[in-house]
Amino acid sequence: MIQRPNILAAVLATVVLTAGMAPALAQTPAATAAPASTSAASPQNAPGTAASAAAPTGGATNPSSSANNGSGAAQAAAAVSPPVPEIETQPWSFAGIFGRYDKNQLRRGFQVFRQVCSNCHSAHLFFFRNLQEPGGPEYSADQVKALAATYTIADPSAPGGKRPGVPSDAWPNPFPSEQAARDANGGAVPPDWSELAKARTIERPFPLWLFDFFTTYQEGGPDYVHALMNGYHDKPPAGFTLPAGKYYNDYFPGHAISMPPPLTDGIVKYAPGADGSTVPETVDQYSRDAAAFMMWLGDPTLDGRKEAGFRVFVFLILFAVIMWMVKRRIWANVEH
Amino acid sequence: MAEHESSYTPSNAFMKWVDDRLPIVRFSKEHLMDYPTPKNLNYWWTFGGILAMMLGIQILTGIVLAMHYTPQQDLAFDSVELIKRDVNFGRFIQSVHETGATMFFFAVYVHIFRGLYFGSYKAPREILWMLGVLIFLLMMATAFMGYVLPWGQMSFWAATVITNIFAAIPVIGDPLLSLLRGGFAVGNPTLNRFFSLHYLLPFVIAAVVVLHIWALHVPGNNNPVGVEVKSSRDTVPFHPYYTMKDLFGIVVFLIPFAWLVFFEPDIIGNPSNYIMANPLQTPPEIVPEWYFLPFYAILRSIDFNLLFINSKLLGVIFFGAAILILFFVPWLDRSKVRSGTFRPLFKPFYWLFVINFLMLMWLGSQPVGDAAHWWVPIVGKIGVFYYFFYFLIVLPFLPRIEVPRPLPASISESVLRPART
Repeated sequence: MIQRPNILAAVLATVVLTAGMAPALAQTPAATAAPASTSAASPQNAPGTAASAAAPTGGATNPSSSANNGSGAAQAAAAVSPPVPEIETQPWSFAGIFGRYDKNQLRRGFQVFRQVCSNCHSAHLFFFRNLQEPGGPEYSADQVKALAATYTIADPSAPGGKRPGVPSDAWPNPFPSEQAARDANGGAVPPDWSELAKARTIERPFPLWLFDFFTTYQEGGPDYVHALMNGYHDKPPAGFTLPAGKYYNDYFPGHAISMPPPLTDGIVKYAPGADGSTVPETVDQYSRDAAAFMMWLGDPTLDGRKEAGFRVFVFLILFAVIMWMVKRRIWANVEH
Repeated sequence: MAEHESSYTPSNAFMKWVDDRLPIVRFSKEHLMDYPTPKNLNYWWTFGGILAMMLGIQILTGIVLAMHYTPQQDLAFDSVELIKRDVNFGRFIQSVHETGATMFFFAVYVHIFRGLYFGSYKAPREILWMLGVLIFLLMMATAFMGYVLPWGQMSFWAATVITNIFAAIPVIGDPLLSLLRGGFAVGNPTLNRFFSLHYLLPFVIAAVVVLHIWALHVPGNNNPVGVEVKSSRDTVPFHPYYTMKDLFGIVVFLIPFAWLVFFEPDIIGNPSNYIMANPLQTPPEIVPEWYFLPFYAILRSIDFNLLFINSKLLGVIFFGAAILILFFVPWLDRSKVRSGTFRPLFKPFYWLFVINFLMLMWLGSQPVGDAAHWWVPIVGKIGVFYYFFYFLIVLPFLPRIEVPRPLPASISESVLRPART
C-alpha cells in the first residue's frame, strides 16, 4: 500500500502534461492558416492530405467540378443554404429479407428510364440481355432481341461503323464522350446509372443505423432518388441565390442541381395491365418506378441472393443445433 | 505440454517407413488431436479457430477474385462490378470476401481483448502474444490495400490519406511516400503494387500464424482462471473436445456472417465506393473502414504541436504508438495474477478501456472541421489519454495497490468449486 503515492504521482504528471498541451490546443484555430497545423480542419486531415489534394482539386475549379455530387455547388451556395429536410423512407417491394423486385414495377421503371432518363444518363454496365434474366423485368428472349435491334450500336468493326444492337450489347451511351455529355448539360456530366442507386444514400443517425443491421435497410439510394425527383421547386426560397443554369431542389446537397426537373405528370404512358388495372401517371409514381429500376441495375442479383440466403440460413441453424448436441455429448463426461 | 508422450503408432509397415522419414502423421496427431488443452476454456477461446477459418476463407475467395480482377486504373472498378454481375457465383464470392474482412476484424478484436482480459500475454507467452500483434499489423496492411483495389472514390481517397501518413516521418518520409505510391500521387502504379502486396501478405500472415500456433503449443493454452496446467487431470485432448467445440463456435459465427453476405452485403461499405475513383473530386467526407476507426480517431485527435514536433508528426507518433504499444504489454503489466477474473481493481479499468475503444471507434466516424462538431477533437483527446493511460499507468502500477482474490490451486479445483466472480 506504500506505493500508492506512485500511482497518484503518475496520474498527476499525466494531468499536468495534458494541461500543458492546452495552450497549444487553444492556438490551433487561430493558426489554421499556418501550414504546420493543416491537420486540424477537414476529415481528410490526416497529415499532408490537404497539401497534396489541393493540387489536383485546384486545377479543376471550373464549373464542371460540381458535376457529379454537387459538393462544389454546396460550397458556392453555402451562405444562405436552407437545411436539407429529412428524407422519408418509402415502402419498397425489395426491402427486408423477404423483399423481392416487383417485375411490373421494374418494367414501368425501365419504360421511364428508356423514354426519359436515358436521354442524358448512361448505364454502361447494363446489357440488353439483363432484361431477360431472372429477378429482373424478365422480358422474353424474343422481346429483348427485338428491343436491342431497334438501337444502333457504334461498332468500329462493323461496315460503316454502326450496326443494330443484339442482346449482348451494353446499353448505348447517349453521348459519344464525357466531354460531349458535359457540353450538352451545362458543364455537368449526368452520372452513370449502373451503380447510382448504391452510390447514393440518406442520413441514418444513431440509433437508426444500428437497427438497420437487423432490418437490413439498404434502400437509402432509392429513397434519395425518390425524394430528389419530388424535391424540385420552380423558385428558390427568398435569400437563396441560384447560379445560372441550376435548379432548386430540397434534397440535393447545396440545393442547386444541374439536372432540370426530368419528370412531369403524364410524361410517360403506362399500358394498362391484362386485367385492365392502371397505375397513376404521376411524378411520384414515375420516381418510385424509376428508383426501383435503378436499384435493380445496381443490384441485379438481389432476388437470387436472398433466396440462396434462406437456404444457407436453414442449413447453418440446423448445423449449429447438431454441433451443439455433438459438443454436449462429447463433453458430457468431463467436468468443465 | 511439449514433452508429452507421443501416442502415435504406425498402423502398418508403410506408415512406419514414412514415419521414420517424415513424421508428418505423428506430428499432426500430436498437435491437431492429442494436444492437451485446459478443460475450462470458454467460448471466447473459440475465436482462435474462427480466425484460422476466416484467413482460409479470405485466401480462397481472394484467389478466385484475382482470376477475374483487372488491376488497371481504368478497368479495376468495372471488373469488380462485373464479377458481381457476370461471374458464376461472383456475387457471393465477392460479398464473402468483402464482408469477410469485417468478420475477420471483428473476430480479431474479440481475440485480442480476450487476451488482454485473461492476461494471455504474460510469461511464458510473450512471443505468442507478439506474433499475434504482428499478425494484427499485417492484417491491417492487407485490409487497407484490399480496400483500394475496387478503385472507387473511397478506395482512392483512403489510399491518398493513409499513404500520406508516412510522409510525416522525418527524412525518409517523402521517399517512402513515393515508394508506396509508385509516383507522386496515387495512381495506376499504386494500384498495381497494392494488388501485388495484397496477394502476397495473406500468405505471410499464414506463415506467422504457423509460428503463432507453434508458440502456443510450447507452453500450452492460457485459460480463464489463468492457473497453469498442473496435471493431466486439468486437460483434455484437443480432438474431439475442442475440435467439436470450436466447430460449433464457427457455425454460430457463420450465421451473422451469412446475414451480411446474403441480406445486406453493402451495409458496411461506403456508398462513395460505388463511384469510380476520380482524382479531381474529393468525396464529401473520407472515412476509413470501421476497423481502422479507433486508430484514425487517435491520429486525428492530435492537432497540437509539442515542443519541436509539429502536430502532423505527433499524430503519426501517437497513431503508431497506439498499435506498437501492444508489443510491450507483456512487460507493462506487472501483475503476478494472470486472469482479470481475480483482479477486482483491474476489472473496471479494463471495461472502461473497452468502452473507450468503442467510443474512439465511433468518434473516428464523426466529421470534424464544422462548428457542430467542435467537441470531436476534445472528446478524442480524452479517449487518447485513457487509451495510453491504461497501458502506461494502469497495467504497470495498479498491481502495487491491488489485492487479488485467492487463486484456485488448479484448473480442476476451479472447475469443481467455481470461483464466484
